[in-house]
Amino acid sequence: MFQSEFKKIIPYSPYRTLPAEIIAVKPYTSLEKLFRLRLKGNAEFDYVPGQFMEISIFGSGEAPISLCSSPTDKGYFEITVRNVGSLTGALHNLKKGDLIGVRGPFGKGFPIDDFFGNDILIIAGGLGIVPLRGLIRYIMHQRKDFGEVQILLGCKSPEDMLFNDEVEQWGRHIDILFQCTVDKADPDWKGNIGLITNLIPGVTLNPMRTYAVVVGPPVMYKFVIKELLKKGIPDRQIILSLERRMKCGLGKCGHCQINGIYVCQEGPVFKYRDLRTLGEAL
Amino acid sequence: MERYVKISKKDFYKWVDSLKKHGKVYAPKRKENTHVFRPIKDSSELDLNYISTILPPKKYYFPQKESLLKFSIKPFETAKAIQKFEEFVLFGVHTCDLAGIQCMDVVFREDPLDPNYINRKDRMTTVGIECLKPCDKHASCVSMGNHVPRGGYDIMLTEIKGSYIIHLNSQKGEDILQGHSYIKKCTQADRNLLDSLRKNKERVFKEEFIGQLTEVYTVFSKLSESGVWDDVGKRCVGCGNCTTVCPTCYCFDVKDELDLNLNDGLRYRWWNSCQMDDFARVAGGEDFRPGRVSRQRHRYYRKFKYPIDKFNRYFCTGCGRCSRTCMAKINLTETVNDLIKEHRNVSIGI
Ligand SMILES: Cc1cc2nc3c(=O)[nH]c(=O)nc-3n(C[C@H](O)[C@H](O)[C@H](O)COP(=O)(O)OP(=O)(O)OC[C@H]3O[C@@H](n4cnc5c(N)ncnc54)[C@H](O)[C@@H]3O)c2cc1C
Ligand code: SF4
Ligand code: SF4
Ligand code: FES
Repeated sequence: MFQSEFKKIIPYSPYRTLPAEIIAVKPYTSLEKLFRLRLKGNAEFDYVPGQFMEISIFGSGEAPISLCSSPTDKGYFEITVRNVGSLTGALHNLKKGDLIGVRGPFGKGFPIDDFFGNDILIIAGGLGIVPLRGLIRYIMHQRKDFGEVQILLGCKSPEDMLFNDEVEQWGRHIDILFQCTVDKADPDWKGNIGLITNLIPGVTLNPMRTYAVVVGPPVMYKFVIKELLKKGIPDRQIILSLERRMKCGLGKCGHCQINGIYVCQEGPVFKYRDLRTLGEAL
Repeated sequence: MERYVKISKKDFYKWVDSLKKHGKVYAPKRKENTHVFRPIKDSSELDLNYISTILPPKKYYFPQKESLLKFSIKPFETAKAIQKFEEFVLFGVHTCDLAGIQCMDVVFREDPLDPNYINRKDRMTTVGIECLKPCDKHASCVSMGNHVPRGGYDIMLTEIKGSYIIHLNSQKGEDILQGHSYIKKCTQADRNLLDSLRKNKERVFKEEFIGQLTEVYTVFSKLSESGVWDDVGKRCVGCGNCTTVCPTCYCFDVKDELDLNLNDGLRYRWWNSCQMDDFARVAGGEDFRPGRVSRQRHRYYRKFKYPIDKFNRYFCTGCGRCSRTCMAKINLTETVNDLIKEHRNVSIGI
């Protein structure tokens, strides 16, 4: 939902953007860069990991991009963007000090209130780690509010890994179980090799008190969900985030629709239970 | 003013010419052998004897290309794209198209509401005209319940015996009628005429679907995998005409356009169609609604299933435009009836 906080700053049109300054740029791979941003005038806004912003570069257009920081990160917010086209390409050319337009936050984020006191199994494939990084940071900042936390991370090859500096920390955290796998390894790789689905059977968990949070490419979901159901995790505790084409973020333009559901408003985060009856979802 | 007044046909055109002072007047006009909504300067251009226009009047309250935001890159600034929305009169709208406006209303008034739409709509005065005979074989307005007035207008005109009986439905309606001595009170006899006209209509206007809307909804709930969709999808050529001409289709794309100085520009939205093959495709290459079968099904579901779940309202007005325009001769009434037949056969085990 378009948040009331932003409504305050955007008085008359939901298409109006606010200026945000790029305060740092960090390239992670040849295609992906992290941008640390701050609203002009240091205005703060509240959000939930899993929500997204519409990012504008005037002349190049607008695109939905996940927030990858946590609301517990004060004084800035972050996005990580893969260069795939006109807007994302133009963004990759920008530097510290440049301004971009933002509006949001949009959609429903991860149901963190439901997570409190429960065990969390985070499963990230490819770019799926981007929104999940926000959730992981949130959990690390409020660690005592959660039970067991496990992270399974999968990517194509070690060079494709995002947030590798932070991933290393997650691996060292004693209160977080962390496993990583790559499709294709180089000789220095010490972790697992193979698809992320292969890691699930080996995970120890208490299904009734575990929330599995899965974000990855569309092909991944079917297989991962099958494994999670085999583990006995109820469908209402399997949480997914779905990508769709989006233009307005306001439940109007129609691009993001899954059957009768507007992903930009009711998603992108869903409970698997609510997707089972939607033929166009998975 | 009374809720019902009347005007003789002799005075009618005088009154139409007086509407100019309430803003630009858009009305049906003959164009070769069809009709289109256009601005009219003089009542002689008006032709109320028409079957649905090629495009619905949505182009006036939901323009094909609408500015959303004005921007400049350096210095980084944004501003209102439209300084002033103009008052206008939408004249001679069929009841099916009024239903279309009501559909758009619920969409664009839903939070987060759409200021462009609301601004245009608030400045619009709507004059409806009641149909006295069915348009053609493509329309399904009777089954959709839109062959009779159901609100959504400021005033409604019904032609009876050399006069128009006028139903006032709002203050705006009163404003455009006030101060004309030739607009008279309706007598009880006039009201009786109106009642009997409506009764007569029941005989002339026949339901086009073989079942009631509740059955249609059930059928759509159950038959998403029907062979009817394969047939429709196979014939469709994906031109997108059906959505362009539909009064309840409102999908759009958002684009930026830069001035020649490459610094200032406008962000605007323009009509888009779920029938285009890149409509649901994302950067990773996935197409979330691949193939014409699923795209045609989606169009129909956005008329007969999803909006009922969301707004308790059918988003087909029965205007028949999609069927009239389709190059592949895909006919909405046929599609719906084929589905109903299939469902009935399945229910009795054929
Ligand atoms: C909820 C959500 C969160 C996202 N989060 C991120 C993120 O954190 N990081 C990231 O790098 N990407 C993210 N994306 C994907 C990102 O929005 C697209 O890569 C981006 O829109 C492409 O824009 P472009 O102008 O660079 O590409 P274009 O030049 O417009 O097009 C390149 C390709 O992108 C596809 N495309 C165009 N517009 C969209 C759109 N609005 N949505 C999806 N695909 C589109 C087109 O089909 C085309 O094939 C997210 C998408 C969604 C829906
Ligand atoms: S008008 Fe006919 S052919 Fe064109 S997209 Fe619509 S159904 Fe298909
Ligand atoms: S679906 Fe066809 S008949 Fe129904 S409102 Fe749209 S154009 Fe008219
Ligand atoms: S992005 Fe426009 S309706 Fe969801």
